[in-house]
Amino acid sequence: MGENLLEVQDLKLYFKVKAGKVRAVDGVSFTIKPGEKLGVVGESGCGKSVTALSIMRLIPQPPGEYAGGSVLFEDQDLLDVPESAMRKIRGGQIGMIFQDPMTCLNPTMTVGKQIGEGLRIHLKLSGDQALKRAIALLEQVGIPDAATRVNSYPHQFSGGMRQRVMIAIALACNPKLLIADEPTTALDVTVQAQILELINGVCSEFGTAVMLITHDLGVVAGMTDRVVVMYAGKVVETAPTGELFANPRHPYTLGLLASVPRLDEKRHSELRTIEGAPPDLLSPPPGCPFMPRCAFARAICRTMPPLELVAGNSSHLKACWVNVTDPNEQAYADRRRKARLEATQVAISTSADVTLQQTS
Amino acid sequence: MGRYIIRRLLQALLLLALLSVGMFLLIHALPGGPEQVLFNPRLSAAGRAAIRARFGLDQPLYIQYLKWLGNALVGDFGFSFVTNQPVSELLTERFPATLELFSFALVLALILAITIGVISAVRQGSVTDYGLTTLSYFGIAMPVFLLGLFAQNIFGVWLHILPVSGTSTLGFTYDPFNAFLDRFEHLILPMLVLAVSFIAGWSRYMRASMIEVSKQDYMRTARAKGVAPVPLLIRHALRNAVIPLITVVALDFGQVAGGATITEGVFAWPGMGLLFLDSLTNRDFPVLLAMLMISAVFVIGFNLIADLLYGVMDPRIRYS
Repeated sequence: MGENLLEVQDLKLYFKVKAGKVRAVDGVSFTIKPGEKLGVVGESGCGKSVTALSIMRLIPQPPGEYAGGSVLFEDQDLLDVPESAMRKIRGGQIGMIFQDPMTCLNPTMTVGKQIGEGLRIHLKLSGDQALKRAIALLEQVGIPDAATRVNSYPHQFSGGMRQRVMIAIALACNPKLLIADEPTTALDVTVQAQILELINGVCSEFGTAVMLITHDLGVVAGMTDRVVVMYAGKVVETAPTGELFANPRHPYTLGLLASVPRLDEKRHSELRTIEGAPPDLLSPPPGCPFMPRCAFARAICRTMPPLELVAGNSSHLKACWVNVTDPNEQAYADRRRKARLEATQVAISTSADVTLQQTS
Repeated sequence: MGRYIIRRLLQALLLLALLSVGMFLLIHALPGGPEQVLFNPRLSAAGRAAIRARFGLDQPLYIQYLKWLGNALVGDFGFSFVTNQPVSELLTERFPATLELFSFALVLALILAITIGVISAVRQGSVTDYGLTTLSYFGIAMPVFLLGLFAQNIFGVWLHILPVSGTSTLGFTYDPFNAFLDRFEHLILPMLVLAVSFIAGWSRYMRASMIEVSKQDYMRTARAKGVAPVPLLIRHALRNAVIPLITVVALDFGQVAGGATITEGVFAWPGMGLLFLDSLTNRDFPVLLAMLMISAVFVIGFNLIADLLYGVMDPRIRYS
């Protein structure tokens, strides 16, 4: 306690739908220290964004519903504070950047007003002061000619420039934590690196902690101190970034890393993927959610493994029964993978035969 | 912007010219055209010819049209067949009453429609929303004349609190202040009835627009900034949601020159609508023609105003 800026413990957020409850976030725990940069990775629909929005209490309720857990921000449980206090934290203590800068800015307000709005709410600045500070912020995020651009409307900016404006909005009140929800996903590849560099640079300068949500492992490797890997609304592995890339311990993390194309790979070799699709969160399978896709799976996986320390490392946690570094386990997984591949190929060739017969 | 307005005005002039030809021809093609209205059946053939000549009706239609157009361009729409007053005088007499009725109804309707729309949208799916929705459909479905009659019966006949027709109490002379009060009392019922029909439609529009806007990503951005619910509603949601309403309101207000025929009829409000009704039954063609032209000018004018307001309200729209 005390040393962590943010401590998410066993957070559960479900969406009520007609057919039941979608367990979008199902017992997520992680921590962020002041000034620390945390990456949250996982494939689409694994609950990364919902986790971020539920920290900010920005999930509309209903259909959203907190089913348990706590979000301690500076030792204060954000799930308990009244809405008025929460508003002071949003924008004031925790800033947030969203995925699509094209739709996330108000089209009928100048960017200066949009940046100034937070300043006027949290720092009680006057209109003039807020405008001056907005110009300074725009300069800081690298917008040329900020003094005139401050009166422009969002549609007069390009995608990358708008994301810079979003960063200025999020960092306007010098928050202690910045949550960036896939900040580069909607941008041109050429602009992505610039934006990440900007977030990294500005946050290092101010000592702002960052929670960077992404599905791009390259992004995580470049700028985070620690990584949380999420799967099906659960944290499956967390470790310091270097450790995670060098020594992944969860089969899902292994799969993610294996599916990143490498420069030293043989050319024209097939890109590797993780077979199958994530489970339906409306009725997740009992036990480990990754079991149906996992080559290491066996009987014990029908019970959910706890998120526990990896032997011999005090900062590396995984939620898996199997020791993936054990050669016996690896041989077992290889056999299962091969068998699965053969079965798939047989299925493909027979279906091809069938279609051939039908067409001839 | 200036160039855009000039281009639109030129387009409007062309449209008006075409409209005037069309309306002139239609009016002259109506059964019981101008001649039959004017002529006394007992007139001799010579007498008829004399009247024809006097009104210029013996000339070819295109000459008649050009003469009418020439006069109309300088504001002279000829004389009413029925009252022998100059048409322009008749219109300047009637138009202020309609404008008064429409303006008050418009302001009232705008305030109520936006309020109702916002409340419905914010409380979407609640009892309040369903209640307001039901009321709106009631307002849309209710014939105006029936609503007017009900209003007269309830507020005038039963409760005795409001006058049921006309613009002032006859037989009394008031000092200016009480005269104003008296006129306002007469205005209330027709204004309410006219406003109801506007409110019903506009509030539905406003509700849909607000719901659409509240789903936008920038609303979430604003909440993530710590914006409180009321500023969120006004500065972010309302500002964006009223933009589509502008067209609807401007087009409805464009009817002002035609008057609210039914409302004015029910409440004997001496406006353009009532004049139109009277002129139609009396086949008073110079008046009808003038009114139709002025209505067209207003509808086209308010269309242009709506488009320009769009540019003011939505920075993404720039005319050049």
